[in-house]
Amino acid sequence: MSDTGTYLYAVTGETSSASPEGLVGVAGTAVRTIPCAGLVAYVSTVPLDEFGAEPLRRSMENLEWLGETAGAHHNVVEEVAEERPTAPVRLVTVYRGDESVRKLLRERHDDFLDVLAQIAGRREWGVKAYIDLAAADSGAAAPSAGGPGTAYLKKRQAGLRSREEAWRSAAARAEQLHDTLSSVAVASHRHRAQDPELSGRKEPMILNGAYLVERDRREEFTRVVEELRGEGVDVELTGPWAPYSFTDLEVRGDG
Amino acid sequence: MTVENPRGAALAEQGRLPSERVALVDLLDRLLAGGVVVSGDLVLSIADIDLVRISLRVLIMSVRENLGEP
Repeated sequence: MSDTGTYLYAVTGETSSASPEGLVGVAGTAVRTIPCAGLVAYVSTVPLDEFGAEPLRRSMENLEWLGETAGAHHNVVEEVAEERPTAPVRLVTVYRGDESVRKLLRERHDDFLDVLAQIAGRREWGVKAYIDLAAADSGAAAPSAGGPGTAYLKKRQAGLRSREEAWRSAAARAEQLHDTLSSVAVASHRHRAQDPELSGRKEPMILNGAYLVERDRREEFTRVVEELRGEGVDVELTGPWAPYSFTDLEVRGDG
Repeated sequence: MTVENPRGAALAEQGRLPSERVALVDLLDRLLAGGVVVSGDLVLSIADIDLVRISLRVLIMSVRENLGEP
């Protein structure tokens, strides 16, 4: 059949209890498994009139579609990852058929095993840090002597200088936060900071980090996150996530 | 077309957007920039479209719609 494709959500090691009964994936399709070479792929059959190359190009620009599809993909990954080490696959990965997925599992077998070993017993946490530049900067703009014009210019210059300094120190602060968080994590990754329009916060985001943390160090990690607050910095913790940020098949192991 | 949430404007005014929207942004950070990337017999090569750029554009557009007049 050429009018359907095989949508791939995640790959796990083979387990006896791998049945995804009742699990619903993208576009309301039923999730099933493809076992091969000691690995299990979680997939569903999708219509190519929605998941073909051309329709996808259009759909990706439709926020409603994107939100629903991302949510459905994420839900499958979460369900699967709840029970076993799971390598989530990037959104809208659609193969021409099951045989192509089997081929992938055979060919990348060792890479998948390496990734699964790296994430076993660990979870991903997201930490976003924002800085209130005005607060971090307060006290710098003290009133000065001289006429009103001079005072204005001085203040303005001081303002510009201190703003530049504030940015520099914000970047340094982000490094420091990332290092502190990384010290409690097995691996870490910095995502691009979100635009204020996307983050929904007025303060600029200085850190959008992902951290792979041992399950039994969860409390320690959240405590470290709490302690990062202060001096104009606010932090948000998200997760736990399936290890989306730590399943790169190409760069792995010594990261 | 995506002004599905009239709470958006009010919340955005307070510097906050609906949590679903914020959660979607965090999710897309991971689903579009993370996850296993494979090649082979795919119907669409990921490299064909810059998924991250597209999604950011879509999100920013929709946020602007929610904000309405400044």
